[in-house]
Amino acid sequence: MSEHLIRHKTYDFPDQGGHFGPFGGIFVGETLMPALSELSRQYDKLKHDPAFWAEFDYDMAHYVGRPSPLYFAERLTKIGGGARIFLKREDLNHTGAHKVNNTIGQALLARSMGKRRIIAETGAGQHGVATATVAARLGLECHVFMGVDDIQRQSANVFRMKMLGANVVGVTSGSRTLKDAMNEALRDWATNVDSTYYIIGTVAGPHPYPMLVRDFQSIIGREVKEQSMRQLGRLPDSLVACVGGGSNAIGLFYPFIDDKQVRMIGVEAGGLGLATGKHAAPLSAGRPGVLHGNRTYLMNDEDGQILETHSVSAGLDYPGVGPEHSWLKDLHRAEYTAVTDDEALAAFRTLTRSEGIIPALETAHAVAHALKLAPTLPAEHVMVVNLSGRGDKDLHTVAAIDNIKL
Amino acid sequence: MSRMSRISTCFDELKRRNKQALIPYITAGDPNVVTTLGLMHALVQNGADLIELGFPFSDPSSDGPVIQRAIERALAKKTTLRDVLEIVKQFRATDSKTPVVLMGYLNPVECMGYQQFTDAAVAAGVDGVLLVDMPPEESHDLHQVLRNGGLETIYLVAPTSSDARIEAICRQSSGYVYYVSLKGVTGASNLDIASVTSNLARVRQHTSLPLGVGFGIRDAESAASIAKVADAVVVGSALINRIAELQDHTHHTAAALQQQTSLIADMRRAMDN
Repeated sequence: MSEHLIRHKTYDFPDQGGHFGPFGGIFVGETLMPALSELSRQYDKLKHDPAFWAEFDYDMAHYVGRPSPLYFAERLTKIGGGARIFLKREDLNHTGAHKVNNTIGQALLARSMGKRRIIAETGAGQHGVATATVAARLGLECHVFMGVDDIQRQSANVFRMKMLGANVVGVTSGSRTLKDAMNEALRDWATNVDSTYYIIGTVAGPHPYPMLVRDFQSIIGREVKEQSMRQLGRLPDSLVACVGGGSNAIGLFYPFIDDKQVRMIGVEAGGLGLATGKHAAPLSAGRPGVLHGNRTYLMNDEDGQILETHSVSAGLDYPGVGPEHSWLKDLHRAEYTAVTDDEALAAFRTLTRSEGIIPALETAHAVAHALKLAPTLPAEHVMVVNLSGRGDKDLHTVAAIDNIKL
Repeated sequence: MSRMSRISTCFDELKRRNKQALIPYITAGDPNVVTTLGLMHALVQNGADLIELGFPFSDPSSDGPVIQRAIERALAKKTTLRDVLEIVKQFRATDSKTPVVLMGYLNPVECMGYQQFTDAAVAAGVDGVLLVDMPPEESHDLHQVLRNGGLETIYLVAPTSSDARIEAICRQSSGYVYYVSLKGVTGASNLDIASVTSNLARVRQHTSLPLGVGFGIRDAESAASIAKVADAVVVGSALINRIAELQDHTHHTAAALQQQTSLIADMRRAMDN
């Protein structure tokens, strides 16, 4: 149990109310407040129960296929021409991304609370697939909310969810993407609160979600720590991960927070460029506000209306970010930057051709920044890039950009 | 506050006449700010005692489809929180009696700044504020600023609220307490009068403030049944369905707006009978 709940000497967040400094908290309608308290109590109980973590570990090993390799990308390193680049292969997990680490943890929570009906929001469809997967395995009813624009651009994942027995609910309100799917999931939860467990897919939303999703995803960073010590005899010098809501990044970063010499770099979706306003980079170009139950950096206008975002990757197309990232930014413990759609697409191709690994477009953002940063660093620098997901789901998007009909 | 607030005056007067308050909710800027002002006067003409004026937010996660669409229409007209305060100011030019409560989500208020918002709201003649995604646990700073400015702070109680939460919420509340009549979003259709009655009795143990009930009250009949057990009836989606039929121009006559909101007159009659 102890190794699942990391205790840092210099960092102890969130507080009892779910605050990461000024960020986080619980900002929802009263109907959901008791449900969130119940979830907090249940998680507090289970997280000190060795049997809970034993089951989690068993599923991670035998169902997900963990630990995922920490792979030295030799040809990518040569292309970068500087730091040695290692890839944490979350793309090799069952369902093809890091998302399943969280959905397994939360599905165990749901089961322990006697909830038979699962809901989730999804953008790229990875979290929806990971949720539909665990729901199928545990025999739970599953409804996934997804913006109709995302349904269009991620049709393969929509079909996967349906195959798995989930009901995919198209969301037509607002910008018809991830943020609107989350609104709709919150509405459903308020309506069916007694029977329903809401599996949020990222480290955002009201407390306790940012905390518990982080705890489940921290398996990524814990493994990297062990693997780095075993394979290299030391910790990495830098960690690079893409940030939409930020769950794969927190999962990688969190176990390293006390290791001050390790640089942590989150890469947001720069879309068509930060200057154009058409991006999804609240940490790079937004300011704090309140959305979806927490206070965090947001993309909003001067009247507090949430702005429509743009990214080639549906999974990063979100105007907010997990509150812990906002706090790590303000603490200057992590750095955040953005790469454009074009840079991400170029990195997508580079990784595919140099290493034979097709990354998700979300993940390609991290790869793109790694390739920018690597040449500025010496050859003994060890950089770990979280290869958070595989790109099969994006083949249609990339083909369309290349004017190829599949 | 030195003076008696408009909200408590309103409820005291109703109590003396042995009546319950009828509170319409409309979204400011739907279909445009000029029509909203006209609608507010029409609502009073039709028997409204207090008006909940919604200010738009792009992500109304507690609202059902009817109010979502009203908000989308208001945002399409670029209605800002400042515009909404301006509507209240103009309303006050001819109506100094009917209380106005601003209702919405936190982010626009947070964006304007708590003090600036409070000052502007007080200056415009706003009486109270209800922020649906701002539970008492998170509201301390804003709550203090609002109260110091002389604004009432209205909070929600839900069917899911425990007795301990109800007590804490009532302690923070002023003006009235808003009981959410059902599990769900605004405009839902699963209103259960028996459950409302028993839950209101629970709330009553913790406060002497008037109790308003909203979410899911759609016609004169349900308004009358709720009025038998509550101090105030709030109606939003059912009214907005009618307002949605209005064309987007700025010269609707007072009579036309009164006709379009005749649901309020029907409810008034049913509640008073």
